[in-house]
Amino acid sequence: MRVASKTELVQVGFTLNGKPVTGHAEPRMLLSDFLRQVIGATGTHVGCEHGVCGCCTLRIDGVAQRSCLVLAVQAEGLDVQTVEGISDREDAMSVLQEAFRKHHALQCGFCTPGILMSFVDFMERVPDPTEEQLRDTLSGHICRCTGYAGIMAAVIEAAETLRAARGSTDA
Amino acid sequence: MKPAAFDYYRAETLREALELRAEKRDALRIIAGGQSLGAMLNLRLVSPEGLLDISRLDELKQIEVRDGRVEVGAAVTQSQLLDWAGLREKLPFVAQALPWVGHFQTRNRGTVGGSICHGDPSSELPLALALLGGEVVLRTRRGSRRLSAGDFQLGMLTNACEDDEIVVAVSFPAGVGARGSAFREVARRHGDFAIVAIGLVVMDKGQIRLGVSGMADTPQVLELPGDIEDAAFVEQVEAFAWRLKGHTDIHASARYRRDLLRRIAPQLLSEVRQCA
Repeated sequence: MRVASKTELVQVGFTLNGKPVTGHAEPRMLLSDFLRQVIGATGTHVGCEHGVCGCCTLRIDGVAQRSCLVLAVQAEGLDVQTVEGISDREDAMSVLQEAFRKHHALQCGFCTPGILMSFVDFMERVPDPTEEQLRDTLSGHICRCTGYAGIMAAVIEAAETLRAARGSTDA
Repeated sequence: MKPAAFDYYRAETLREALELRAEKRDALRIIAGGQSLGAMLNLRLVSPEGLLDISRLDELKQIEVRDGRVEVGAAVTQSQLLDWAGLREKLPFVAQALPWVGHFQTRNRGTVGGSICHGDPSSELPLALALLGGEVVLRTRRGSRRLSAGDFQLGMLTNACEDDEIVVAVSFPAGVGARGSAFREVARRHGDFAIVAIGLVVMDKGQIRLGVSGMADTPQVLELPGDIEDAAFVEQVEAFAWRLKGHTDIHASARYRRDLLRRIAPQLLSEVRQCA
């Protein structure tokens, strides 16, 4: 049994974008706050803090979820991926990020990291998505400035690019 | 928007979890996916002494078909059930309703059992449990018991789980709705809380079951003969809607809710009769 009493600062460690990280947190500390305030990984944004807006979405063991509804201590020992870890290369963006730039799928960028993380997971799980499925996945996010048309255009194109890339490797 | 301080316990075995539950009683809240409880903690609508985390218990991560029932362990996420290969055949109604539970991102962590324990009056999974005649499996250190949906959910956000018990699974009879099953939900946006959610299934002996959530404190079910005439069905639904009354809130008036039930139920009936 893992036990942490309420006032105790416990050591929490997990893998963040392939590298081990550790820090101290009270049991009540949210994973989103832990990443930003303790680890200093500020790519994950914090919006509503009750699971509605989707800004803080990241992947735990590959699965996209809200980091404001996960405690830091609950991520112990697991594999966490954030927006900082979605491109293979330090100096280049991923296919999805490129498509966002091309289609002006962001203005202020506050909601963007969460949206990217949802689609990284979704497109891995559903390699041949319909527009309706993409729209449904986006419905778990709130964007208050860009509007959703640019975001939809970006994710549709990214899905096609990834599909074509798979096609060429299959052949 | 930060939770009040609490002690945290993450059980590694079910036995361990049950021992702690028996010792700490109602000082503990049980957390599985935390997609409702997490928000309530952040908003300080609840501030428990301690949290007992059951999300890593392998014993509670199984979906099993046993004696004509599908038993879904309390740590199985909504996404895992949605991706389960047997879903469409064994639980056709759940296959229809589950995509309406929250969003992709919350289904990925939220559990099937957790949604049923939370017992929001408008939610889909408690409706499925009541409509299909499902049960909730509760365990203590000493033994276990099974409660029907009606005996488990006592009211809004209130259930019959005792302070030494843990819900370990929810259980649905397999194949209900194979002869016809329909689901419809009205919400401001897909993924929002339902204004009403309505389901209709054809039972083994042909009878029809109509269920609705969002009209009362708990999901309500009406059973009717399979050969009921359309006009008689409409009359029955009318009386059902008046019995439940519905309530007025920021999203919809009671009258609108009654009207949705009256208008949607006959559509669902003709849907399942066309399939048959």
